[in-house]
Amino acid sequence: MRIGVLFSGGKDSTLALHYTAEKEEVACLITLLSKNKESYMFHTPNIDVTALQAKALDLPQVTKITLGEKEKELSDLEVAIAEAAKEFRIEGVVTGAVESVYQAERVQRICCRLGLWCLNPLWKRDQKTLLQELLTRRFKAVISGVFAYPLDEKWLGKEVDTETIQRLIDLQQKYGLSPIGEGGEIETTVLDAPLFKKKIEILDYNIEAKGNSGLFNIKQAQLISK
Amino acid sequence: MILIIDMNWKKDSLGFYEFVLPIAEVAEKLEDCKIKHYFEVSSEDVTCCDKIILSGTALKDTATLQQPEKFEWLKEIEKSVLGICAGMETIGMVYGARLANCLEIGMTEITKIRENPLFSKNFKAYSLHSYCVEQSKNFEILAESSKCLQIIKHKTKPLYGMLFHPEVRNPELISRFIELDSKLENS
Repeated sequence: MRIGVLFSGGKDSTLALHYTAEKEEVACLITLLSKNKESYMFHTPNIDVTALQAKALDLPQVTKITLGEKEKELSDLEVAIAEAAKEFRIEGVVTGAVESVYQAERVQRICCRLGLWCLNPLWKRDQKTLLQELLTRRFKAVISGVFAYPLDEKWLGKEVDTETIQRLIDLQQKYGLSPIGEGGEIETTVLDAPLFKKKIEILDYNIEAKGNSGLFNIKQAQLISK
Repeated sequence: MILIIDMNWKKDSLGFYEFVLPIAEVAEKLEDCKIKHYFEVSSEDVTCCDKIILSGTALKDTATLQQPEKFEWLKEIEKSVLGICAGMETIGMVYGARLANCLEIGMTEITKIRENPLFSKNFKAYSLHSYCVEQSKNFEILAESSKCLQIIKHKTKPLYGMLFHPEVRNPELISRFIELDSKLENS
Protein backbone atom coordinates (compact mmCIF):
# COMPACT_ATOMS: atom_id res chain seq x y z
CA MET A 1 0.00 0.00 0.00
CA ARG A 2 1.34 3.46 -0.88
CA ILE A 3 1.28 5.66 2.19
CA GLY A 4 1.55 9.38 2.87
CA VAL A 5 2.88 10.02 6.35
CA LEU A 6 1.66 13.11 8.20
CA PHE A 7 5.03 14.50 9.13
CA SER A 8 5.86 17.25 11.62
CA GLY A 9 9.55 16.44 12.02
CA GLY A 10 9.04 15.48 15.66
CA LYS A 11 9.76 12.14 17.30
CA ASP A 12 6.23 10.70 17.00
CA SER A 13 5.66 11.24 13.30
CA THR A 14 9.23 10.15 12.57
CA LEU A 15 8.75 6.95 14.58
CA ALA A 16 5.42 6.33 12.80
CA LEU A 17 7.27 6.80 9.50
CA HIS A 18 9.76 4.10 10.50
CA TYR A 19 6.95 1.67 11.42
CA THR A 20 5.31 2.40 8.08
CA ALA A 21 8.48 1.84 6.06
CA GLU A 22 8.85 -1.59 7.68
CA LYS A 23 5.40 -2.71 6.46
CA GLU A 24 4.33 -0.62 3.48
CA GLU A 25 5.67 1.77 0.85
CA VAL A 26 6.14 5.37 2.01
CA ALA A 27 5.24 7.45 -1.05
CA CYS A 28 5.53 10.93 0.47
CA LEU A 29 5.51 13.08 3.56
CA ILE A 30 2.62 15.48 4.17
CA THR A 31 3.32 18.57 6.27
CA LEU A 32 1.08 21.42 7.35
CA LEU A 33 3.02 24.61 7.92
CA SER A 34 0.88 26.21 10.59
CA LYS A 35 1.23 29.90 11.29
CA ASN A 36 -0.61 29.47 14.60
CA LYS A 37 1.83 28.53 17.34
CA GLU A 38 -1.09 27.33 19.45
CA SER A 39 -2.58 25.03 16.81
CA TYR A 40 -4.78 22.22 18.20
CA MET A 41 -3.78 19.93 15.38
CA PHE A 42 -0.25 20.60 14.28
CA HIS A 43 3.24 20.73 15.69
CA THR A 44 4.78 24.12 14.91
CA PRO A 45 8.33 24.48 16.37
CA ASN A 46 10.94 24.16 13.63
CA ILE A 47 8.32 23.07 11.11
CA ASP A 48 10.50 24.61 8.37
CA VAL A 49 13.21 22.06 9.22
CA THR A 50 10.93 19.35 7.77
CA ALA A 51 12.18 20.33 4.29
CA LEU A 52 15.70 19.38 5.36
CA GLN A 53 14.43 16.20 7.03
CA ALA A 54 12.59 15.22 3.84
CA LYS A 55 15.87 15.66 1.94
CA ALA A 56 17.69 13.57 4.55
CA LEU A 57 15.03 10.88 4.13
CA ASP A 58 15.09 11.23 0.34
CA LEU A 59 11.30 11.43 0.30
CA PRO A 60 9.05 13.89 -1.53
CA GLN A 61 7.11 16.26 0.69
CA VAL A 62 3.68 17.76 0.12
CA THR A 63 3.37 20.99 2.11
CA LYS A 64 0.52 23.38 2.71
CA ILE A 65 0.56 26.63 4.64
CA THR A 66 -2.32 27.06 7.08
CA LEU A 67 -3.22 30.00 9.25
CA GLY A 68 -4.07 27.42 11.89
CA GLU A 69 -7.57 28.62 12.67
CA LYS A 70 -9.33 25.88 14.58
CA GLU A 71 -11.46 24.15 11.92
CA LYS A 72 -10.01 25.87 8.83
CA GLU A 73 -6.70 24.07 9.42
CA LEU A 74 -8.59 20.81 8.92
CA SER A 75 -9.80 21.82 5.48
CA ASP A 76 -6.20 22.82 4.69
CA LEU A 77 -5.07 19.37 5.84
CA GLU A 78 -7.71 17.78 3.62
CA VAL A 79 -6.44 19.75 0.62
CA ALA A 80 -2.87 18.61 1.33
CA ILE A 81 -3.89 14.95 1.69
CA ALA A 82 -5.99 15.15 -1.49
CA GLU A 83 -3.00 16.63 -3.31
CA ALA A 84 -0.79 13.77 -2.03
CA ALA A 85 -3.40 11.26 -3.21
CA LYS A 86 -3.42 12.83 -6.66
CA GLU A 87 0.29 13.46 -7.08
CA PHE A 88 1.73 10.41 -5.33
CA ARG A 89 -1.20 7.97 -5.65
CA ILE A 90 -1.29 7.29 -1.93
CA GLU A 91 -3.90 4.79 -0.75
CA GLY A 92 -3.54 5.58 2.93
CA VAL A 93 -2.34 8.04 5.52
CA VAL A 94 -0.31 7.30 8.64
CA THR A 95 -0.22 9.59 11.67
CA GLY A 96 1.89 9.66 14.83
CA ALA A 97 -1.15 10.09 17.10
CA VAL A 98 -0.73 8.35 20.46
CA GLU A 99 -3.59 9.45 22.70
CA SER A 100 -5.41 12.39 21.20
CA VAL A 101 -8.92 11.41 20.13
CA TYR A 102 -9.35 15.00 18.92
CA GLN A 103 -6.57 14.61 16.34
CA ALA A 104 -7.21 10.98 15.44
CA GLU A 105 -10.93 11.52 14.86
CA ARG A 106 -10.37 14.46 12.56
CA VAL A 107 -7.78 12.72 10.39
CA GLN A 108 -10.03 9.63 10.24
CA ARG A 109 -12.92 11.77 8.95
CA ILE A 110 -10.75 13.39 6.27
CA CYS A 111 -9.41 10.02 5.09
CA CYS A 112 -12.92 8.59 5.08
CA ARG A 113 -14.15 11.44 2.86
CA LEU A 114 -11.20 10.93 0.50
CA GLY A 115 -11.60 7.14 0.40
CA LEU A 116 -8.17 6.56 1.99
CA TRP A 117 -6.98 4.20 4.70
CA CYS A 118 -5.99 5.85 7.98
CA LEU A 119 -3.53 4.07 10.24
CA ASN A 120 -2.00 5.11 13.55
CA PRO A 121 0.77 2.70 14.54
CA LEU A 122 1.60 4.47 17.84
CA TRP A 123 -2.05 4.62 18.94
CA LYS A 124 -2.58 3.84 22.65
CA ARG A 125 0.94 2.52 23.00
CA ASP A 126 2.67 2.74 26.35
CA GLN A 127 4.42 6.12 26.32
CA LYS A 128 7.47 5.00 28.27
CA THR A 129 7.95 2.11 25.84
CA LEU A 130 7.71 4.47 22.86
CA LEU A 131 10.27 6.86 24.36
CA GLN A 132 12.65 3.99 25.04
CA GLU A 133 12.15 2.79 21.49
CA LEU A 134 13.60 6.09 20.27
CA LEU A 135 16.81 5.20 22.04
CA THR A 136 16.80 1.59 20.87
CA ARG A 137 16.40 2.78 17.29
CA ARG A 138 19.12 5.41 17.83
CA PHE A 139 17.01 8.46 17.09
CA LYS A 140 18.64 11.77 17.80
CA ALA A 141 15.99 14.32 18.75
CA VAL A 142 16.11 17.60 20.64
CA ILE A 143 13.39 19.31 22.64
CA SER A 144 12.24 22.21 20.51
CA GLY A 145 9.28 23.43 22.54
CA VAL A 146 7.99 23.32 26.12
CA PHE A 147 4.50 24.40 27.03
CA ALA A 148 3.63 23.13 30.50
CA TYR A 149 4.57 23.41 34.16
CA PRO A 150 7.15 22.54 35.43
CA LEU A 151 9.05 22.48 32.12
CA ASP A 152 11.08 25.59 31.41
CA GLU A 153 13.92 27.10 29.37
CA LYS A 154 16.44 24.59 30.75
CA TRP A 155 14.77 21.80 28.75
CA LEU A 156 15.06 23.55 25.40
CA GLY A 157 17.62 22.06 23.02
CA LYS A 158 18.21 19.07 25.29
CA GLU A 159 18.70 15.76 23.56
CA VAL A 160 16.03 13.11 24.18
CA ASP A 161 18.32 10.64 25.92
CA THR A 162 18.04 8.19 28.81
CA GLU A 163 18.30 10.93 31.42
CA THR A 164 15.73 13.20 29.74
CA ILE A 165 13.29 10.31 29.37
CA GLN A 166 13.65 9.35 33.02
CA ARG A 167 13.03 12.95 34.07
CA LEU A 168 9.89 13.10 31.90
CA ILE A 169 8.63 9.87 33.44
CA ASP A 170 9.30 11.27 36.93
CA LEU A 171 7.25 14.36 36.00
CA GLN A 172 4.43 12.12 34.83
CA GLN A 173 4.31 10.51 38.26
CA LYS A 174 4.54 13.83 40.09
CA TYR A 175 2.44 16.15 37.89
CA GLY A 176 0.55 13.87 35.50
CA LEU A 177 2.49 15.25 32.53
CA SER A 178 2.24 13.14 29.37
CA PRO A 179 5.89 12.02 28.98
CA ILE A 180 5.57 11.84 25.23
CA GLY A 181 4.00 15.30 25.16
CA GLU A 182 0.75 14.17 23.61
CA GLY A 183 -1.09 17.13 25.11
CA GLY A 184 1.44 19.49 23.52
CA GLU A 185 3.54 19.72 26.71
CA ILE A 186 6.74 19.21 24.74
CA GLU A 187 7.67 19.23 21.09
CA THR A 188 10.79 17.73 19.55
CA THR A 189 12.79 17.95 16.34
CA VAL A 190 14.50 14.83 14.98
CA LEU A 191 18.04 15.38 13.74
CA ASP A 192 18.88 11.78 12.90
CA ALA A 193 17.12 8.42 12.66
CA PRO A 194 17.80 5.09 10.92
CA LEU A 195 16.03 6.10 7.69
CA PHE A 196 17.91 9.39 7.45
CA LYS A 197 20.56 9.05 4.74
CA LYS A 198 22.26 12.15 6.15
CA LYS A 199 21.93 13.77 9.55
CA ILE A 200 21.10 17.33 10.46
CA GLU A 201 23.67 19.62 12.02
CA ILE A 202 22.39 22.75 13.75
CA LEU A 203 24.49 25.78 12.81
CA ASP A 204 22.54 28.51 14.55
CA TYR A 205 19.60 28.72 16.92
CA ASN A 206 17.92 30.98 19.42
CA ILE A 207 15.79 30.38 22.46
CA GLU A 208 12.59 32.25 23.23
CA ALA A 209 11.24 31.43 26.66
CA LYS A 210 8.98 32.82 29.33
CA GLY A 211 8.01 30.88 32.42
CA ASN A 212 6.86 27.41 31.44
CA SER A 213 6.67 28.15 27.76
CA GLY A 214 9.52 28.31 25.29
CA LEU A 215 10.90 27.51 21.89
CA PHE A 216 14.25 26.28 20.62
CA ASN A 217 14.29 27.79 17.13
CA ILE A 218 16.68 26.28 14.62
CA LYS A 219 17.72 29.27 12.49
CA GLN A 220 20.27 27.56 10.30
CA ALA A 221 21.04 23.89 9.74
CA GLN A 222 22.67 21.65 7.17
CA LEU A 223 22.83 18.00 6.18
CA ILE A 224 26.08 16.20 6.89
CA SER A 225 27.27 12.66 6.30
CA LYS A 226 26.50 10.08 8.97
CA MET B 1 -5.16 -18.06 28.55
CA ILE B 2 -6.77 -15.44 26.32
CA LEU B 3 -6.58 -15.93 22.57
CA ILE B 4 -6.50 -12.53 20.85
CA ILE B 5 -7.32 -12.81 17.18
CA ASP B 6 -5.80 -10.22 14.86
CA MET B 7 -8.60 -9.33 12.42
CA ASN B 8 -6.50 -7.01 10.23
CA TRP B 9 -6.40 -7.51 6.46
CA LYS B 10 -3.08 -9.30 6.57
CA LYS B 11 -0.65 -10.79 9.06
CA ASP B 12 1.95 -8.38 10.50
CA SER B 13 0.07 -5.38 9.16
CA LEU B 14 0.41 -1.78 10.28
CA GLY B 15 -3.06 -2.22 11.81
CA PHE B 16 -1.64 -4.73 14.29
CA TYR B 17 -0.09 -1.93 16.40
CA GLU B 18 -3.29 0.08 16.49
CA PHE B 19 -5.98 -2.55 16.86
CA VAL B 20 -4.34 -5.57 18.51
CA LEU B 21 -1.51 -4.37 20.78
CA PRO B 22 -3.70 -2.03 22.88
CA ILE B 23 -6.07 -4.96 23.60
CA ALA B 24 -3.11 -7.18 24.49
CA GLU B 25 -1.72 -4.51 26.85
CA VAL B 26 -5.00 -4.58 28.81
CA ALA B 27 -5.45 -8.36 28.71
CA GLU B 28 -1.86 -9.22 29.65
CA LYS B 29 -2.29 -7.47 32.98
CA LEU B 30 -4.84 -10.14 33.90
CA GLU B 31 -4.06 -13.31 31.97
CA ASP B 32 -1.52 -14.91 29.69
CA CYS B 33 -2.33 -14.09 26.09
CA LYS B 34 -1.65 -15.62 22.73
CA ILE B 35 -2.07 -13.57 19.55
CA LYS B 36 -2.90 -15.21 16.22
CA HIS B 37 -3.93 -13.75 12.88
CA TYR B 38 -7.35 -14.97 11.77
CA PHE B 39 -5.83 -16.81 8.80
CA GLU B 40 -3.86 -18.99 11.20
CA VAL B 41 -6.29 -19.84 14.00
CA SER B 42 -6.23 -23.61 14.49
CA SER B 43 -8.72 -25.82 16.33
CA GLU B 44 -5.99 -26.37 18.90
CA ASP B 45 -5.73 -22.61 19.51
CA VAL B 46 -9.47 -22.47 20.14
CA THR B 47 -9.43 -25.59 22.33
CA CYS B 48 -6.50 -24.50 24.48
CA CYS B 49 -7.65 -20.99 25.42
CA ASP B 50 -10.13 -19.91 28.09
CA LYS B 51 -11.60 -16.93 26.27
CA ILE B 52 -11.24 -15.28 22.89
CA ILE B 53 -11.12 -11.62 21.82
CA LEU B 54 -11.54 -10.67 18.16
CA SER B 55 -9.86 -7.32 17.45
CA GLY B 56 -11.16 -4.40 15.44
CA THR B 57 -9.65 -3.15 12.20
CA ALA B 58 -9.10 0.05 10.23
CA LEU B 59 -12.20 1.76 8.86
CA LYS B 60 -11.41 0.70 5.27
CA ASP B 61 -10.58 -2.88 6.24
CA THR B 62 -13.46 -5.24 5.49
CA ALA B 63 -11.35 -8.35 4.84
CA THR B 64 -12.95 -10.55 7.52
CA LEU B 65 -16.42 -9.71 6.23
CA GLN B 66 -15.47 -11.10 2.82
CA GLN B 67 -14.32 -14.40 4.34
CA PRO B 68 -17.02 -15.80 6.62
CA GLU B 69 -15.68 -19.32 5.98
CA LYS B 70 -12.64 -18.46 8.12
CA PHE B 71 -14.92 -18.14 11.14
CA GLU B 72 -17.00 -21.32 10.88
CA TRP B 73 -15.46 -22.38 14.21
CA LEU B 74 -17.47 -19.64 15.92
CA LYS B 75 -20.66 -21.62 15.24
CA GLU B 76 -19.57 -24.49 17.46
CA ILE B 77 -17.91 -22.57 20.24
CA GLU B 78 -19.19 -22.61 23.81
CA LYS B 79 -16.40 -20.45 25.25
CA SER B 80 -16.69 -16.72 25.95
CA VAL B 81 -15.87 -14.56 22.96
CA LEU B 82 -15.70 -10.77 22.75
CA GLY B 83 -15.80 -9.30 19.26
CA ILE B 84 -14.67 -5.67 18.97
CA CYS B 85 -15.93 -3.64 15.98
CA ALA B 86 -15.05 -5.87 12.97
CA GLY B 87 -15.05 -8.69 15.55
CA MET B 88 -18.65 -7.90 16.48
CA GLU B 89 -19.63 -7.61 12.84
CA THR B 90 -18.05 -11.01 12.18
CA ILE B 91 -19.85 -12.68 15.11
CA GLY B 92 -23.10 -11.13 13.95
CA MET B 93 -22.55 -12.29 10.37
CA VAL B 94 -21.70 -15.86 11.41
CA TYR B 95 -24.92 -16.04 13.46
CA GLY B 96 -27.14 -14.71 10.69
CA ALA B 97 -27.45 -11.04 11.60
CA ARG B 98 -27.50 -8.57 8.73
CA LEU B 99 -24.94 -5.79 8.45
CA ALA B 100 -25.89 -2.27 7.40
CA ASN B 101 -23.87 0.76 6.38
CA CYS B 102 -23.40 2.97 9.43
CA LEU B 103 -20.56 5.44 9.84
CA GLU B 104 -19.54 6.63 13.29
CA ILE B 105 -16.15 8.25 14.01
CA GLY B 106 -15.28 9.73 17.39
CA MET B 107 -16.67 9.81 20.90
CA THR B 108 -20.18 8.37 21.06
CA GLU B 109 -22.78 8.22 23.83
CA ILE B 110 -23.50 4.58 24.68
CA THR B 111 -26.90 4.00 26.26
CA LYS B 112 -27.55 0.97 28.44
CA ILE B 113 -30.55 -1.06 27.35
CA ARG B 114 -30.35 -4.16 29.54
CA GLU B 115 -28.73 -5.16 32.86
CA ASN B 116 -25.52 -7.07 32.26
CA PRO B 117 -22.26 -8.00 33.98
CA LEU B 118 -20.00 -5.71 31.89
CA PHE B 119 -21.25 -2.21 32.71
CA SER B 120 -23.95 -0.59 34.81
CA LYS B 121 -24.70 2.81 33.29
CA ASN B 122 -24.43 4.96 30.16
CA PHE B 123 -20.95 6.02 29.09
CA LYS B 124 -18.98 7.57 26.23
CA ALA B 125 -16.77 5.48 23.97
CA TYR B 126 -14.62 5.86 20.84
CA SER B 127 -16.34 4.65 17.69
CA LEU B 128 -14.69 3.89 14.36
CA HIS B 129 -16.91 1.84 12.09
CA SER B 130 -18.59 1.96 8.70
CA TYR B 131 -20.98 -0.95 9.30
CA CYS B 132 -23.27 -1.99 12.12
CA VAL B 133 -25.05 -5.19 13.08
CA GLU B 134 -28.82 -5.11 12.72
CA GLN B 135 -31.14 -6.52 15.34
CA SER B 136 -31.65 -10.27 14.93
CA LYS B 137 -33.32 -13.15 16.71
CA ASN B 138 -30.07 -14.65 18.04
CA PHE B 139 -28.86 -11.61 19.99
CA GLU B 140 -30.04 -9.48 22.86
CA ILE B 141 -29.16 -5.79 22.91
CA LEU B 142 -27.16 -4.57 25.90
CA ALA B 143 -26.44 -1.05 24.64
CA GLU B 144 -26.98 1.24 21.68
CA SER B 145 -26.02 4.68 20.37
CA SER B 146 -28.30 7.11 18.56
CA LYS B 147 -27.36 5.37 15.30
CA CYS B 148 -27.04 1.65 15.97
CA LEU B 149 -26.55 -1.34 18.29
CA GLN B 150 -23.33 -0.95 20.27
CA ILE B 151 -23.17 -3.99 22.58
CA ILE B 152 -24.89 -7.29 21.91
CA LYS B 153 -24.85 -10.74 23.49
CA HIS B 154 -25.87 -14.03 21.97
CA LYS B 155 -29.07 -15.25 23.62
CA THR B 156 -27.75 -18.68 24.62
CA LYS B 157 -23.95 -18.46 24.32
CA PRO B 158 -21.38 -16.18 26.04
CA LEU B 159 -20.63 -14.33 22.81
CA TYR B 160 -20.40 -10.55 23.15
CA GLY B 161 -19.99 -7.87 20.53
CA MET B 162 -18.90 -4.25 21.08
CA LEU B 163 -19.06 -2.01 18.04
CA PHE B 164 -17.03 0.81 19.63
CA HIS B 165 -13.36 0.38 20.58
CA PRO B 166 -13.15 -0.22 24.36
CA GLU B 167 -9.34 -0.29 24.22
CA VAL B 168 -9.33 3.47 23.53
CA ARG B 169 -11.30 4.96 26.43
CA ASN B 170 -12.98 2.02 28.20
CA PRO B 171 -10.34 -0.66 28.85
CA GLU B 172 -12.20 -1.70 32.01
CA LEU B 173 -14.82 -3.35 29.76
CA ILE B 174 -12.14 -5.65 28.35
CA SER B 175 -10.93 -6.40 31.89
CA ARG B 176 -14.47 -7.23 33.05
CA PHE B 177 -15.00 -9.54 30.10
CA ILE B 178 -11.79 -11.38 31.00
CA GLU B 179 -12.79 -11.60 34.67
CA LEU B 180 -16.36 -12.80 34.03
CA ASP B 181 -17.04 -16.26 35.36
CA SER B 182 -17.97 -18.21 32.23
CA LYS B 183 -20.12 -20.67 34.18
CA LEU B 184 -22.18 -17.87 35.68
CA GLU B 185 -22.60 -16.25 32.27
CA ASN B 186 -24.40 -19.28 30.98
CA SER B 187 -26.54 -19.87 34.06
